[in-house]
Order: sequence, then C-alpha cells, then structure tokens
Amino acid sequence: MKFRDFVCFEATITELQASDREGVIAELAASLDKAGMFGDGKCEEITNQIIKREKEASTGLGKGVAVPHIKHKAIKKLIAAVGLSSAGIDFLALDKQPVYSVILLISPADEPDKHLKAMESIFKHLQQERFRSFLRQCRTTQHLEDLLIEADEDPSL
Amino acid sequence: MTTGWGNAIIEMQAEEDTLENVEYEAELEIKNAEGLHMRPAMQFVDIANRFDSEINVSNGETDVDAKSIMNISMLAATCGTKLKIRAKGPDAQKAIIALRELVEEKHFDEPKPKR
Repeated sequence: MKFRDFVCFEATITELQASDREGVIAELAASLDKAGMFGDGKCEEITNQIIKREKEASTGLGKGVAVPHIKHKAIKKLIAAVGLSSAGIDFLALDKQPVYSVILLISPADEPDKHLKAMESIFKHLQQERFRSFLRQCRTTQHLEDLLIEADEDPSL
Repeated sequence: MTTGWGNAIIEMQAEEDTLENVEYEAELEIKNAEGLHMRPAMQFVDIANRFDSEINVSNGETDVDAKSIMNISMLAATCGTKLKIRAKGPDAQKAIIALRELVEEKHFDEPKPKR
C-alpha cells in the first residue's frame, strides 16, 4: 500500500498548535473532519475513541514518531492525517522522548488486513532515519505531500 | 594452580560457545482474526525481550528483529500468515516455545475468525 492510497493531504498539519497528546489527536481528527472524511457529527466520538485507545498503550513507539489509530465502523475507507511539531509533543512514548511526527490512522472496522498493510507502509518508512529526518523538516503541506509521494516511489526512503 | 584455573576457564568458554550457537527455528501461523496489529505485536515483542537469544522473524519478504516493535509492525502479518521465527543463543528453544504459545495457542487472547 502507498501513502497516497490513504493519507488525506488536505488534512496534513505542518505546525501543530497543540503540544500535548490529547490536543494533537483532537487537532488531527478535526482536520480530517474538516476535509469531510467523517460522517456528520462523528468527530467527537472518533476523537474520544482514539484518545481512549492511546491511553491503553502509547503508540509513540520511539524515534520521535507516533501512530495513534483506531478501527471505526463509521469509516468506510482507510484514512490518515499527518501532523508535525517542531517543539515536540509529550506522547508518553516508549523511549520517553518527545514526538515530532504523528500519523493518525483510522481504519474501517471490518478490514483488518488493510489496516495491517497501511501500518506496514508507515513503519517501513518511519523505520528509516533519512525519512524521519526529511519528514521533520517539512515546512509546508506541499513539501509534506511531495515527500510522501516520493517515498511511495522509493522504498529506500 | 595456574594451570588448573586456566583449564577451567577454557572449559567454561567452550561450553558457552556451544550454548551461544544453539539455533532453533519454527513456523508460526497467525490465528487471530485481526492479525498482528499493534497490541499483539507489543505482546510479541515483550515476550521476545525476555530472552537473551537473538530472535528474527520473517514473513518471506521481510526479515526483522523480533525485539523491536517498529520492526514487527513492518510485517503486515494478517490472519493466516505464516511467520518463520529463528532464535539463536542460550535460551533459543525456550524463546521459540514461549512465542509459539502466544501466537498459536493463546492467539494473543483475541478471537479467531468467524466461520
């Protein structure tokens, strides 16, 4: 699976306003909602569910990245929003370090395999230092979109 | 006296070398409906980290470190996927037994697919 198959480029945020985990999740979810990715009136419910999931175990897996996610029945198509913070976010990450790049992923309830494929693409790139570094340096949503499209074509990135 | 000590140390090292080189391999099938998503992946990594052995997991395309959650997240191991697990080190066999129990017997305490 490619980033372009599930990332909503309209909803990317290159300078997150929030500095805490819950605020960042709410900001990215609201951005997806604004882009028309959720059903009417679903944003609050989805946001709360992501926060609830995040409290069970942090999705900040280390190296400055976090991938909060849920499966939700109101979502028909796998969708993600990317958010960056230059100040860093306390995400209660496994390595206890701040998080600078967040990929918020929401999957339909009945497509577990697609969810796993999306996670595979996300971590194949996040695993690479060069990609993480380029991601953090994106200053505009256009840069971010260009980087993700480039990564789609270049497995070494 | 010196010779006695020397021999003991050589013997110990020889035994350690043998233990270090013990290698076990197993094929494990993912049986829970949702596959190896983040929660089960964390359980998997937790168990792997209890052992000193070096442990690798492969889905046939990608070969990764079983002790890294980011690595395991790259496997896209859906229900029915067969993973090849290799453990090398003093507790290699125990590691394989523990991981097999988690994946195939407990299936991560998650439901199997409905038929």
